[in-house]
Amino acid sequence: MPQWIRACATDDIDEEDLIRFDHAGATYAIYHAPDGKFYATAGKCTHEDVHLCDGLVMGHLIECPKHNGQFDYRTGEAKRAPVCVNLRTFATRLDGGDVYIEVP
Amino acid sequence: MAKRDYSLLGPDGALAVETGLAAAEWYHTDVPRKVMKDLMARRDGPALRDTVILYGCMIAFALGGIALWGSLWCIPFWLAYGVLYGSASDSRWHECGHGTAFKTPWMNNAVYEISSFMIMRNSATWRWSHARHHTDTYIVGRDPEIAIMRPPAFAKLVLNFFGIVDVMNFVPRILHNAFLGPTAEEKTFVPQSEWPKVQRVALIHVAIYAATIALAVLMGSVLPLMVIGLPRLFGAWHHVMTGLLQHGGLADNVVDHRLNSRTVYLNPVSRFIYWNMNYHVEHHMFPMVPYHALPRLHDIIKHDLPAPDRSIARAFSQMWPALRRQLANEEYFLRRDLPATAKPYREDFHKAALGEAIPAE
Repeated sequence: MPQWIRACATDDIDEEDLIRFDHAGATYAIYHAPDGKFYATAGKCTHEDVHLCDGLVMGHLIECPKHNGQFDYRTGEAKRAPVCVNLRTFATRLDGGDVYIEVP
Repeated sequence: MAKRDYSLLGPDGALAVETGLAAAEWYHTDVPRKVMKDLMARRDGPALRDTVILYGCMIAFALGGIALWGSLWCIPFWLAYGVLYGSASDSRWHECGHGTAFKTPWMNNAVYEISSFMIMRNSATWRWSHARHHTDTYIVGRDPEIAIMRPPAFAKLVLNFFGIVDVMNFVPRILHNAFLGPTAEEKTFVPQSEWPKVQRVALIHVAIYAATIALAVLMGSVLPLMVIGLPRLFGAWHHVMTGLLQHGGLADNVVDHRLNSRTVYLNPVSRFIYWNMNYHVEHHMFPMVPYHALPRLHDIIKHDLPAPDRSIARAFSQMWPALRRQLANEEYFLRRDLPATAKPYREDFHKAALGEAIPAE
């Protein structure tokens, strides 16, 4: 049953940046896009077991810190080799000053 | 200890997976997020400047070599052209393969393809082999880019200063790729979806070389091959010289780049040719930092790294004797002593790998 979980406060993440959020044994990445919106994806690259939270956000792309593979974090689409498999995304909503994500 | 098996299909690779050495989490020096974001930021300016200088010099040297062809005065022009063709292409291939040299993706891709051709690497294959090199740096049986295996094959190392071994490996491989697709080993690190691209790139490379050779035959002159192909041989020495220093003589089967990689201070010309890859510990620890930011990164984290070698000559004077000792003792290596301010990491792995009986250098 999906549920909404508070991930962080909106001001925990600079614009055009991300943070890691762990919950119930799973790891997520929460993004603050340059347009002010918030997004959430799986926390690890689909290429290898690397946390995306140390990577670089460029516009709507997240670049993996290990091999420079890139995803569009809005859709999870793999955009640059060596990543070939899309990243799982999760719905987000804002409530007051908090960011919530919908987790399975 | 048993001899190392460097085959990607062999038992050492399987053992590395089993023990957790492969795809392990590697050590990173703590760098504040804001500082790291600034270091990682992409720019087109430095790489555009360097690319204009590089290709401008190559055109000028080639024109000089062609104009003076037949006299001894052409030799310095070809030597200069060769080192840019056969060595600077290696660093451009590397940085653009990471996608960090330029901010604009098509610029990275364009320089990557041109450089891959010049350095005689299939651009579709090597992107993946280099990803594995970063995942499993100098893990025996996992890393397809180990330049100096143990015991070192000195004849091959010396021949490769003239590109001979690389070219001898390249010719059958590119023909295999062109007519049959990736080899069995390449299939272990190139995803199946990319196999057609491996073949397509190889066909383009083979077609260019065939056209160049045909032109040389028609002209009855080696001159076309002096422009395309041969500089990979007579200009290779610089990238081999600097490339061997990246990991040569250091530990293998560790998960801390401070122990298996080497940072060397270079003169400005070599740094231009090598695009700052002399900061090799820093590059492996943070591969998303562009080449132009590596000197800044070095200054920020050097307190946590082994002391850099002060010059190419000094680094070789330590590495070469170590390689010679590896002829008799495959387990020998140069231990990199960390400064007192450095944080230790994964001593569970490294106690066995570093071996207490082996003296520090």
